[in-house]
Amino acid sequence: MRRTPEPYLWLLFSGGGVVAALVLPVLVLLFGVLMPLGVVDWPTAGHLGALVGNVVVRVVLLVVVVLCLFHAAHRIRFTSEELLGIARFDPIIAVLCYGGAIAGGVIAATLMV
Amino acid sequence: MTVAYRPRRDRLWFARTRSYTLFVLRELTSVFVAWAVAFTLMLLAAVLGGTLPQFAALAARPWMIALNVVALAATVFHAVTFLNLAPKATVVRLDGWRVPAWMIQGGNHTAWALVSLLVAYLVLRTP
Repeated sequence: MRRTPEPYLWLLFSGGGVVAALVLPVLVLLFGVLMPLGVVDWPTAGHLGALVGNVVVRVVLLVVVVLCLFHAAHRIRFTSEELLGIARFDPIIAVLCYGGAIAGGVIAATLMV
Repeated sequence: MTVAYRPRRDRLWFARTRSYTLFVLRELTSVFVAWAVAFTLMLLAAVLGGTLPQFAALAARPWMIALNVVALAATVFHAVTFLNLAPKATVVRLDGWRVPAWMIQGGNHTAWALVSLLVAYLVLRTP
């Protein structure tokens, strides 16, 4: 039987789906809605800097970024193909989607190292 | 000349029934998952680069708030649907007894609440 990377991509997809579900809504709620609307105050730069300075927080952030981006890449790959009827371009779309996810992971890593 | 028969593609298949529309909306949450990660990376870059005030000004623009309200709705929709899906993907058996779906879903939603509270506490606590 031919080996394919599909099972690992689905594993990354579901892992990312769980992580995205647990972490992203609260981040968007706080930094994207409540703080800009003035409902809660922005934390000081020093406080957020200290938080991000923690090694555990950095590792968690990197894992969250990589898994969530793989989740999104996998779903966007198949949804765009079904919605727009462009499944015949799957190899190119797959490279673009997963390439984007890898690029995001590299950006996160270079920001924090 | 013979040409292979190709059935006409229904370009609006996702608008035909409610369940198709919900399915596509659920799939499209992935775009906002990617946006939420990009937004978080922008925040991270601002914190590490010392440009938090500029980031806060950008986040306070009306179109950015509107975008993030939609992103919030989409990520919440993703969370609810994805955490509810778990019992379909994993069957947990304890000594032959199948753990019912509502327990797995309840556990997932409890974990979601706990993680959200932890993140909010870490971000908002005053040292």
